[in-house]
Amino acid sequence: MNPILLAVIIVAGIGILAGLLLAVLSKVMAVPTDEKAAAIEEILPGANCGSCGFSGCAGYAAALSEGKTADTGLCNPGGSEVSAKIAALTGGAAASIEPMTAVVFCRGSSENANKKMKYEGVASCKMAAQLFGGEKSCIYGCVGLGDCARACPYNAITLCNGVAVVNADLCRACKKCIAVCPKKIIGLLPKERANAAVLCKNHDKGASTRKECAAGCIGCTKCVKLCPSGAIAMDNNVAVVDPEKCTSCGACAEGCPTGAIALLKRR
Amino acid sequence: MKFFIALLVMGILTQNFTLAKFLGICPFLGVSKKLNTAVGMSAAVIFVMLIATAVTYPLNILLENNGLAYLQTIVFILVIAALVQMVEIVLKKYVKSLYKALGIYLPLITTNCAVLGVVILNIDYIGDYAAFGFGFGHAMMNAFAAGAGFMLAMVLFAGVRSRLEGADVPKFLEGLPITLIAAAIVSMSFLGFSGLVEGLGLLG
Repeated sequence: MNPILLAVIIVAGIGILAGLLLAVLSKVMAVPTDEKAAAIEEILPGANCGSCGFSGCAGYAAALSEGKTADTGLCNPGGSEVSAKIAALTGGAAASIEPMTAVVFCRGSSENANKKMKYEGVASCKMAAQLFGGEKSCIYGCVGLGDCARACPYNAITLCNGVAVVNADLCRACKKCIAVCPKKIIGLLPKERANAAVLCKNHDKGASTRKECAAGCIGCTKCVKLCPSGAIAMDNNVAVVDPEKCTSCGACAEGCPTGAIALLKRR
Repeated sequence: MKFFIALLVMGILTQNFTLAKFLGICPFLGVSKKLNTAVGMSAAVIFVMLIATAVTYPLNILLENNGLAYLQTIVFILVIAALVQMVEIVLKKYVKSLYKALGIYLPLITTNCAVLGVVILNIDYIGDYAAFGFGFGHAMMNAFAAGAGFMLAMVLFAGVRSRLEGADVPKFLEGLPITLIAAAIVSMSFLGFSGLVEGLGLLG
């Protein structure tokens, strides 16, 4: 037989055989796909942050489509917009989610905070925090090695002079930074309302706080007395602002002797 | 029997596909970040190597009988691509978590040179080890040894990489550069096995 023809026949024959086998297999082994879940997953932001309480966006989409949950408002990064889209798809009620942003409650930058040692280990807050609570004298404050910045899927966190700072425009409140912070000093605050916040979590008595950091809350309770709407309360030597009551008048920030209170202005 | 052991030792240690022959580097660097995906990937590669050998060995006889040995590469790639597709379908149905963990690297087994390498090498070995009567059984053993060697390299390297995670690496070496340097060092350590097969008298 013509060798060229033979080569063509053999290669084509093997190709057709393999193709047929695959076609049969893909029919027999077909996996039923959940189209609704796939459509919902398409809407979700895809950050797989887990702030909804499910294992990533696919998990939440599957739970919504299988009816395990009817709550369309669990996705913090997506906000009201995503909730409305999902509700249109599943026929559930849309939830309004107030946009939040993460805030690092510490002002212990290298000018403000004193250091008790020079840390030259692995650049990880988690590891540094295990060594006498980190480089800074204050054991409550930001370690400043950027675990949160690395965890942030939106690149919203930068290290600024030894303190992590959240860019509210980029933050979508997925809470990943809150989970990795070994000092638990990151919290969520409303994004679009202005409010005051005490950027300190130092629970020591005033005198020792002063020695550790120039911008720490010394627990003088001056802001509690100054606040006209009663939004500030003391919690174990640290003033805490209730964002629900705060009218952002700025009296506390002006009166604070150490400058630990900041008026977070939003759009 | 001696020759079977020789093939096993050669495939896993002295002529390790990844660390001595430098085949299959792409999945070696891509999937070795976590131990469980590394093991899953290696298991899939072993499986593909075994069935690829089982299919291509008789195919090669067919090709050689018709004087078409020059078609080896293209036919083998065709067969391997089909087999990988098959493995993908099966994994998607029965081991979904592994399917997701492997991601893009599963279809990439198609172009994994280690698989084509073991298949072509088996054909070469027929001539090279004619004195030992290299046959189908030996080819399967060689494929298994090659896959097991790939697995050993992956598992070892997954351990090395987990150590790298916590290491304080200079900024310009972070990520892939330090991984390649680590791979080179692991590869060099495998030079220590050279001469093992001859030393044990397995090829005598």
